This record gives sequence, structure tokens and C-alpha cells, in this order.
Amino acid sequence: MTTRYFGKRIKRNEDPRLLTGRSLFVDDVDLPGMLHAAFVRSPYAHARIINIDVSQALKREGVVAVYIADDLGDYWKPGPLLVSPPPIADTVFNEKTQVPLAKDKVKFSGEPIVMVVAESRYIAEDALADIYVDYEPFSAVVDMEKALEEDSPLIHEDLGTNIAARVVQKKGDYESIKPDAALIIKRRFSYEHGCAAAMENRGVVAEWDRRSGRLTVWDTTQAPVVIRNGLADLLGLSERQVRVIAPFIGGGFGPKIMMFYQEEVLVPWVAIQLDRPVKWIEDRAENFVATTHERGQIHDAEAAFDKDGRILGVHDVFLHDTGAYDPYGLTVPLNSQANVLGLYDIKNYHSEFTAVFTNKTIVTPYRGAGRQHGVFVIERLLDLAAKELKIDRTEIRRRNFIPPDKFPYNNEIIYQDFVPLIYDSGNYEPLLDDALEKIDYHHFIKEIQPKLRAEGKHVGIGIVAYVEGTGIGPYEGAKVQVMSSGRVSVVTGVGTQGQGHFTSFAQIAAEQLGVPVDKIDVVTGDTDQFYWGAGTFASRGAVVAGNAIYEAARDVRKKILQVASEHFNAPEDELELFDGQIRVADVPRMSISLGELAKKANPTRGAVKPGTQPGLEATNYFGPERGATSSGIHAMIIEVDPETLQIHIQKYLVVHDCGKVINPLILDGQIHGGVAQGIGNAFYERLVYDDDGQLLNGTFMDYHLPSALDVPRIETAHGETVSPLNAMGVKGAGEAGAIPVGPLFAQALEDALHNVDLEILEIPLNSNRLWEIINDANNKGK
Amino acid sequence: MKPAPFEYFCPDSIDQALDLLSEHGDEARILAGGQSLVPAMNFRIQQPAVLIDINRVPDLDYILEEENVLRIGAMTRERQLEFSDLLSQQAPLLHESVPFIAHPQIRNRGTIGGSLVNADPAAELPALMLALNARLKVRNNSQERWIEAPEFFIGMFTTALEADEILLEIALPVMAERTGWSFMEVAPRSGDYALMGVAALVTMGEDGKCEGAKLVYLNAGDGPLEAKEAANILLGEKISDDLIQSAAEHGSEHEITPFGNVHASPEFQRHLAQVLTKKTLTQAVRRAEERKQ
Repeated sequence: MTTRYFGKRIKRNEDPRLLTGRSLFVDDVDLPGMLHAAFVRSPYAHARIINIDVSQALKREGVVAVYIADDLGDYWKPGPLLVSPPPIADTVFNEKTQVPLAKDKVKFSGEPIVMVVAESRYIAEDALADIYVDYEPFSAVVDMEKALEEDSPLIHEDLGTNIAARVVQKKGDYESIKPDAALIIKRRFSYEHGCAAAMENRGVVAEWDRRSGRLTVWDTTQAPVVIRNGLADLLGLSERQVRVIAPFIGGGFGPKIMMFYQEEVLVPWVAIQLDRPVKWIEDRAENFVATTHERGQIHDAEAAFDKDGRILGVHDVFLHDTGAYDPYGLTVPLNSQANVLGLYDIKNYHSEFTAVFTNKTIVTPYRGAGRQHGVFVIERLLDLAAKELKIDRTEIRRRNFIPPDKFPYNNEIIYQDFVPLIYDSGNYEPLLDDALEKIDYHHFIKEIQPKLRAEGKHVGIGIVAYVEGTGIGPYEGAKVQVMSSGRVSVVTGVGTQGQGHFTSFAQIAAEQLGVPVDKIDVVTGDTDQFYWGAGTFASRGAVVAGNAIYEAARDVRKKILQVASEHFNAPEDELELFDGQIRVADVPRMSISLGELAKKANPTRGAVKPGTQPGLEATNYFGPERGATSSGIHAMIIEVDPETLQIHIQKYLVVHDCGKVINPLILDGQIHGGVAQGIGNAFYERLVYDDDGQLLNGTFMDYHLPSALDVPRIETAHGETVSPLNAMGVKGAGEAGAIPVGPLFAQALEDALHNVDLEILEIPLNSNRLWEIINDANNKGK
Repeated sequence: MKPAPFEYFCPDSIDQALDLLSEHGDEARILAGGQSLVPAMNFRIQQPAVLIDINRVPDLDYILEEENVLRIGAMTRERQLEFSDLLSQQAPLLHESVPFIAHPQIRNRGTIGGSLVNADPAAELPALMLALNARLKVRNNSQERWIEAPEFFIGMFTTALEADEILLEIALPVMAERTGWSFMEVAPRSGDYALMGVAALVTMGEDGKCEGAKLVYLNAGDGPLEAKEAANILLGEKISDDLIQSAAEHGSEHEITPFGNVHASPEFQRHLAQVLTKKTLTQAVRRAEERKQ
């Protein structure tokens, strides 16, 4: 083959449509007779519902229906548990999933209580003010530690506790090595993550066709197949009666996975009840309280080191805030537990966590999905040990890296995909070396920084490392088909939220079929187009769906060769696929377009031979035995104004290894977006709750996303450690940019503010918080 | 986030607008640039029954100089202030501060009059009006009156404007001789409301002593706050770093009452006020000395 598509920096197929406003988003769906929904949401975080009076709302012109929990009959039930507890001995898990509309008691501020359906969204919102709900407010459970005290109010009274889960995992025997340690570092770390703040909020449109008995749902979900199956089950329909379409979605980042959100299950049911299409589009004020967050953990962690800085073992006990319900199981804290191990050869590990119910928005994965919290703990422990042992911070990491000859490396704990956490492949030192060279580390600390300090400037450097577990199962599938026009159709079941699937997936098929990328049409997120699948999450699209496409495209390639071999009466090994043609090598006149060949493979007369199938088409599946592990280094140079504590990032570098790269341009975009969210998490974004469980900054005016002016240019470089777990050798990259930014900030800011004996043990920071931490450190020094 | 129902009028003369306002009074809100009002309506924090859009009323946007007085029409967009050569020469403090107001897209629509009438304590323009000794011309359908800036800003989102009055014009004296200026603020991100902001003006006498000083803070209380005692510390003195430091300490400790918010504690706001007072006074003094030569 002379033209390569795989691995090329190709511009995205989907961008002309997206940039000129010709793509379908859920809010673009506009159907005749469509009604609009709005929700009364609890203003209290924790309260008994005494009475709901909807009579005035029903009298308002244009209001079609109003529902409270009791109106739902048998349809009212807690949502499905999406991820069951892991197969780890002695695991405690108290399942409490969200209900469609709160009955008796509200458990977080923003929980829906009443659904209004009207001729327009304006009328529906006007009617919300007509509805009177009497509440008996209770004390809210906000603080994780207080939630576990004997006299804490209970969120789910029947449990008799606010504990949602408790999991202990061990490797080796931490206590036995403790006496041998030259140094033990013990600290309390707190790490808060925010909300995903996708550009597009959630939305659902449902249409019931009573003549065909079919329901169509347009949904901002990352997992349309799972939603199709679940809705069919809830509504008593067969899967073939339900079509879920996840069109273009303006960002997913986790909270849109497959939540069976209250609105997501109510809108289709109401559309059937009323026999009219119903639309609900979440607004930003709703998004801040009703779409899941990730939020915080508190780690009491210690690590034992030998005198050379080698980690003998790590002991970590942490609390995880799961919000009012726990429908997504323990994915987030399991990720945190795994990521404390990082890319280090840690032989002894004891980790236990307690997940705690609080009267706050539900917690589920958001880009990084708990990895940030774990990476923060281990990277900070290493920094503190390096300082204590007077070892360079990059050297202590180097000494602890898992050596390349130890892969596959078994961490001996269970990961979020319920199989032992085994790193498939990796080679960390070259990544570190590359980063040191590109950020000019040694020159900076030896020459540049002393000069800047002499000028009174506060400029610091940071360098941290991380792994990213990606590409977990169960499986994805794909159908690849040569159309009679010669264009190639690639269909898969995952949803798409802007990752460039229409290009990277096309590149995989193009490579196999010798068809230019712009002649390949990718379809995602329509359950009528592809029946099977799981969804887009956990950095698994390229790995799992990508390899399914690879397998299916390879099957089509075989079929093309077979059909063409008969057509030309030439052996297969003399044929070549090139630019949408198949030809006999070195015989220019013996050439046929794939479109023509596809027509010949679907004859209108004569027979398709027994044992063969019509057309140039194949469906195949890929299910990895376990996830593929990416890795990387982030480095940054940052300047701080020591008086105002405002920051300026001078340089930002990511050296990243995700195996074979399908499209470096798209990969850069993934990294850039992740770093932007990581910077937001580290220094700008913070969900501020008061003692009553009220979110105090639920607007973009007060929830500060980093803007274009706050995110620096990001330099990227790549290592390539091929994954042995899939034929393409790829690993996921969706979360890499976001994961290690917190500890990077902490380290670089400590370095910049070198004249203060600082220990930054928490994220997020901002100017105010940094000022307080500096004051505390100065006061301690006195 | 849809506004509650409202009636909308779009008059094309100021008399029509004033008649409508007189008719609807408290029920009505004037729509100027809409950069604060419209979001507040979408949040249903504001639910005016009547909206009177004065964007089609002619002759309300201008920047003129007459007899050492700058006259600025109330509907002048913030973007026009930003690009005005006249302001850059005659009111450099105002000119230099405008880019701190939100983002270009907001300044394209936002008006000087709208911002002043909204009287957000964290906004830049009210503080600048105080610093610049502005007078504000307001009118109802029977009479016109002038209000001095200190009397105009009564409190948080509250002004001396009556329910039937519209702000028409802002008048500022051109900047005095031998006067230096400075405006600085600290915001979490570029374009955000500032955690703290300071406007400083300093006039230096021929003898090298301070003849006049003015310090105004934003987001430091329930309206723009002038620190007169801190400014007095400088009066009649040769300016030194120590003197500036004592003015900064006095102003930030005794003359402001910051409330704090989710981004900054009152203590941090006071700290920033001190840092910014020091920086702005230093810059203003330097500029005054440069302009002397």
C-alpha cells in the first residue's frame, strides 16, 4: 500500500459540518406538536415533603400536564444500579439509586419533585411558580467526616448509616516493612474535583409512534445502547421498539455516560402517556445541581521510603463523597485507589476507603474519574520525601519507576473493570528524559531560576508523572460496508461527544481498504444503525470501538480480495487496494472501483454462492481481556505574583505515551482539552457549598472555568509503547491531559514561592487560598 | 432560564420613553445594553412587567469636549469609551480602565449609563465616576436635574434616580495639570468582576509636594468607596514609599468594608486593597511627575 492513513495528522472530517452549524444536536430536534418540560427542583438539600399543590399550575393556559411522584404509578421506582460493587472480599456496598421524582423526602438541592409539561418552555417555567411545595427542612449532611459521626442526621434512614461503601485492598504487607523505613511521610490530603461543565447541557426529546409501536429518543448520552436497553426494560417494550439516537453532543466528560437521569426516564414515559413528542433541555442553572459532579476525597496517607528514596510501601485511608445516591457504584474511588500506585514499583500497599452519602448532587465519573485524587496523593508524597531526603524530585521518581523489563506488571489489586490491575506495557524513563530535555529542567534550576530569583521574580518549575488506565471492556462492535457509490460506511454503537471519531475511526478503515478518509462515512450513536455496544467512557472509544472497526475492516478487505480475485481471475497476492480501487499490480487496465465491485458482490441475477454472503460487508467485535495503560509526564513553568498571588503559566509540556497514535492532531486536541480542564481543577474551579448544602456558585459568573486567556500554549511529545492487548497496539488518551495537573501546580507553586516553607496538600487552589496557605506557613515558622 | 412574561416597548424618542416610564413607573425597567438586566431576567431575579428599550432613541451616544468638560451620552457603549482618542487625552484614567470591564463582546453592548444606573459595587464605572468628580444629568417627563456622583450612588444596586427618571448624560472635568492617574484591579480571570480594584489620582505641586489625591475602591463595600483619610495622608507632603505605605494601610484597614464572596475573604480583599493602593499611588505619582515636565 502506498498511501498511509493510520497515524497521519489528518484534519477532522466532521469539522466543516460542526463549524458551519449543519450538525444535529438534541435541541435542534423540533417535531410537530412537541411539548416542553420543566421541573420544580428542591430548594433544600434535606427536607421532608409535606404537601405539593399543583392546582394553580394546571389552570394556567398552555399547561398540558403536571406530574408528581404519586402520578407515576408503577413507573416510579429507583433507577438501575449501573456498576455493581467489585468482587473484593468484605466489600460493603449500600445501593441507593436516584428516583424519578422525589417522594416524601428530598436528598439534595436540585432534586426534581414536580414535572410540568406545557406548550412552550416559557409557559412551563411560568407554571413552576404556580406550584406550592411545603417542606419540613432537616439539617443537611454536607461534611464527610461529620456524616460519619453517631449523631449525624441520616440521608437514607433505612440504612442506619451514611456509609455508602467500604473497600479494603492490599498488596504485600505494609506493616511488616514499616520498621525498615529510613523515612516515613504522613500527611492529610484533600482533593476536590468539580463539575464537567460541558458546553452543551443535557437534553432529551422523545417521540412515540403509536401506529408502529415505536419510541424514538434523542438523548445527550455517551451510551445510547445501554440507555435503549434500560428504557425498553423500564417501559415494558422490547429493545426493537426503542431507538435511541445520541446525535452530536457538545461534550460528555463522564456525566452523560448512561445515568438514567430522572429527566431521561421521565420524558419518554410522558411522551407515551400524552401521545405527543416531549422535549426537555437542561439549562445551565439546572446543570450545576442536577447533572452529576465528581467532587472530593480526603486521604490520610503515608509512605515508607528507604534512605535512597525507594518506596517500601504506601498506606492510604480515604473518604469519598458520593452525594445523595450511588448509581455508578464505586468506579471513582476504585480509580483513586489504583492511581495511588502510579507508575511506581510499590511492593506493599494498604488502601481502604469509605464512600459517604451527603446531601449533595450525585457523584459519578468526570474526566479522570478519581484518578486525579490518587495521582495527587502519590506525587505529593514523592515530593515531600525528595525534599526530606534531599534528592532531586525527578530523580526520586526515576528510582521508583517500574522498570521496562517488568511488564506486564501486576499491581495485585482489583481495578474499575473488576480484573486485577495489570499494566500491559510501558517505558517511563524515556518519557521523563524527553520531558527534562524539552523543559530544559537542569538548565532552568541551575542557571535560569537563580537569576530570576535574584531579580525578585517568583518563577517555579514542576514535573510530575501519571498512568491512565484506559480501554476497558466489555466490548464494542462495528459494521463496515462498501457502498455501491464506492464510499465506505462504518457504523459503531458508541456515542460521540466531539472526540473526532468521524476521522480517527475512518482512518482505521481507510488503512485497511485503501480508501481516502474523506470517502468514509462514520455513524455513531444510533441504536437502529448498530444494535450492540457499551458506550464512550473510560478512554475506551479508540481502543475498543477502534479495534472492532479494525477487525471488521480487515474482514471486508479479505472479502474484497476474494471477490476481486474471482473477478480478475488473478491470485489475491497480486492484487492491491489503492485510492478506492482494487487492481492487479502492474497491470493498469485490470482495475475496478470498490463501488463497482460491491455491486458485483450483490448480483440482481444469478446466485450468491452457498457459504458466501452478498455485498462487501462485515460486522465484528472486540473485547479486551483488560485495559491498556497509558502514561506520561507533565511539566510546567509558572510565575506567581507574591503579593496578589495571581499566576502566569509560562510553559506547559506534556510527554505522553498511548501506544500507536491513530491521528496525532486529534490526540493533541484531546491533550489540550484535558490540560485546560486540569488547570481549571487545579486553580479556578471549585464547587462551594454552605452548611445547608446549598451550592453557592452555580453560575458561570462564579464557577470559574479557565478561559482562553488562562490556558497557555501546550507543547506535546509522544513516546510509543505498543499495547500487546489489541491488534492496533493502541491505548486510550481521553483523560491524560486532565489527570496530573493538581500535583503539578502544587509542586511548581512551592518551587516558585521558595522563600516560604510551603506544603500544598490540597486542590483546588486559587489566589485567596494560596495567600491563606502562605500565611499559615509563615505563622508556623514564627 | 426563560424570563417571566413582560410587555416590551421600543420608543424612538426620549419624550416617548419618559412618558412610558412615567406611565409604568416601578413596574418598568429601562433596557440599555442589557448586559446585566437580561441575564437577571433569565434567572428570574428581575421580573419587570414592562421593558422600555431605549436603543432606538437617537442622540444618546456621544463623547464631546466643551469648555474643559467632557460630556458623554448615557447610551455610549463601553467599547466607544475604549476607542475614544478624546478620552485617552482628557480622561486617561477612564480610558485606561475600560478594558477591565468584562469582555469585548460585553463592552460592545454595555453602556456607560446602564452600568451607572445598575450601580453594582463591583463594577468599574461607578468607582471611576466618583474618582473623576462626575456629574450626572437625569430627566423625567417634566424636568431635568444634575446629580453629583457621590450623591448618585446610594448603596448596593441603588441610586438617587427616581422611578420616572432616565440618566441622559455624564459630565466630567478634563484631567487637571500635573496630575497622574492609575487604575488596577485583581480578578480571578481576565474579564471577571474584580476581587478588589483601586483608582488613584494624584496632583503634584510645582514644589514637589502633593496638592491633591483621590483614592476610590470598587467591590470594597455596598458601593464605590472613596478613601478620603488615606488620600489626606499624602496632601502637602513630599511623596515617599513610606508615606504611600501608610496611606495604603490606612485605606485598606479603615476606609473600606469588603464583604467577601465565594472567591475571596474580606481579609484577602483588604490585603489586595493594600497591595493595589501601593501600586496605583506609586504609578500615579510617577505619572504626575512625568506630566509636570
